[in-house]
Amino acid sequence: MTTITSDHPLTREQQRALKILSGLMIPASPEYQVPGADDELIFSDILRTVIPQQQLARLAIDQLNKLANGDFAGGTSTAVQQATQRFRESGSPLVGFVHALVAQCYYRDDRVMKSLDMEPRAPFPQGFDVDEGDWSLLDPVRARGPMYRSPP
Amino acid sequence: MNDPVDVLIIGAGASGAAAAWSLADTRMRILCLEQGEWPDPAQYPTNGRDWEARAMEEYSWNPNRRQNIGDYPINEDASPIKIANYNGVGGGTVLYAGHFPRFHPADFHVRTLDGVAEDWPIDYATLEPWYATNDRMMGISGLAGDPAYPPKTAMMKPVPLGKTGTRLAKAFNELGWHWWPSDSAVATEDYDGRARCINLGHCLHGCAQGAKASTDITYWPHAIRAGVELRTRCRVREIVMNESGMAAGVVYYDREGKEQFQATEVVILASNGVGTPRLLLNSTSSRFPDGLANSSGLVGRNLMFHPYSSIVGVFDDPVDGYRGPSNTMWSQEFYETDRRRGYVRGYTFEVSRGRGPVVTALTGMGHGRIPWGADHHRAYREHFNRLAGMVGICEDLPELHNRVTLDPILKDAHGIPAPRLNYVISDHSRLMLEHSIARATEIFKAAGARDVLAEAPITAGGWHLMGTARMGKDPQTSVVNEWGRSHDVKNLFIIDGSVFVTSAGVNPTSTIQAIALYVADSIKRRLANLFD
Repeated sequence: MTTITSDHPLTREQQRALKILSGLMIPASPEYQVPGADDELIFSDILRTVIPQQQLARLAIDQLNKLANGDFAGGTSTAVQQATQRFRESGSPLVGFVHALVAQCYYRDDRVMKSLDMEPRAPFPQGFDVDEGDWSLLDPVRARGPMYRSPP
Repeated sequence: MNDPVDVLIIGAGASGAAAAWSLADTRMRILCLEQGEWPDPAQYPTNGRDWEARAMEEYSWNPNRRQNIGDYPINEDASPIKIANYNGVGGGTVLYAGHFPRFHPADFHVRTLDGVAEDWPIDYATLEPWYATNDRMMGISGLAGDPAYPPKTAMMKPVPLGKTGTRLAKAFNELGWHWWPSDSAVATEDYDGRARCINLGHCLHGCAQGAKASTDITYWPHAIRAGVELRTRCRVREIVMNESGMAAGVVYYDREGKEQFQATEVVILASNGVGTPRLLLNSTSSRFPDGLANSSGLVGRNLMFHPYSSIVGVFDDPVDGYRGPSNTMWSQEFYETDRRRGYVRGYTFEVSRGRGPVVTALTGMGHGRIPWGADHHRAYREHFNRLAGMVGICEDLPELHNRVTLDPILKDAHGIPAPRLNYVISDHSRLMLEHSIARATEIFKAAGARDVLAEAPITAGGWHLMGTARMGKDPQTSVVNEWGRSHDVKNLFIIDGSVFVTSAGVNPTSTIQAIALYVADSIKRRLANLFD
């Protein structure tokens, strides 16, 4: 069941457009065993996340509609693909907005994180391990001697 | 009516905290007014699964995006570099990376050595004891023996080199170029009530572990125990003068929005390189119609940022990725002047890590390396945990046209005129940025990177706010004297990055705090005749 709601500040049509765009950006992959960004859970997250920036979302969807001759969500597969490509290549700051919106929700999904060999958890409080490294690598730097200029 | 105080400090960030702690041993009545709140480490992004998303919103560096209760708007339309700050107890140290380099001795003598800008009225030797005191108070990790600096004492072992640092260290060695583990305000051991670093990454959006030294957890607990009063959510509107030409006190809005007057014997401004000139320019009177302490006309002028280049190498094998403090190591191979490069002065390279999964996607998609569509996943996996970053911090020279003024329209929540920035990246800085990208590309290639992504300047990188009320001996060419006192108003002091004469090519926090301690000590030494 897709989470397209009537009480969301985006209209159903705008939600459908955003969902199509999300799925085209990051589609599901059987090879990597990951859902697409139009997956029910991930898209629900996108819909929640977009609320404070709904104005920008509307602008992006308006631009997509223009590029698709007025109806992005209702367009043919070819028209949708072409509009998406032209949107991405437009250089509009709205592309950056869409990147941030979709990526932040997609790459915090448990299934996606696990597919990247990440533990699905916050960094704090466990933290992470990092190799100390080999400080003998500094030996040639130490051998240089002072390299700062002395004041007059 | 508030009881008068002896010393009023405006701003509880890097410099205000250091001065408050230093002055506390005088037993004077010291009050600090801070417009923001105490930060709550339990709210920092790394406490949650959405840490990268929250870093882009409520823990964004940019106050215009963040819009916290303590923030004020800034008109930065006429600046290619956007402001990065934090308004609250701890100030910019809450959201900084914690890189803690000092200036070099030569940085105080740029006119004499390189024929540009002006010499400082103080030198490295003047600040050296205060750098050392500050290192102790902030708890700095690092390694003694860096040939780029005069000898200095290390306190805690350096942050780990990790896979990222090891790979790049070998490349620097192959090229015969300097590198050294960064002096870092990240505790690698338990220190003064702070727990050691556990490699959360994401240092630039608040350290949930408390390992990173922000002044809310370093200086302030000590200063408050010593009797300093810190009042939060108190935004100062203006400094008020008396008939004798001295600062009598300040008008501020308390947390209920009620206008208050606070009388004081001494005012110390510690509100950063934008907030301080804003307050001075908002403090007009018949004697100072162009802003307080502005007889030189230099309040707000000579704004310096440090234009940053950002260079990212993409490797075939995993590096540290999202794990570990962003600080790793620095290189000052190109720091001192070499006129054969086509410019004078120089820059520091700082190696960074800590790109999480979301930022990896944004970096790759933004540079066109990670496509939309079916190939997204393959390309993403070729980038995730395989990015190593480096920035070039270029010395910004002072120019009169780069300035902070008051916006004629924009105001904050209390109706106080907001600052407006006019800033142009000079051709000189552009040469340095280009040089840094070319050299960083060489380093990444030597390290085996299969791809290099570069941008300059970092648009969002206006972390360092300097030069807008500079120090000097001549009242006609400077705003404060060589120990931080206003030339015009003898009980007004400035201790933040505003007083910088030049910016050097390093992060400024260590020097800002050393200056704050030095000015505080100068005040203590002159208490009997402070206003002479």
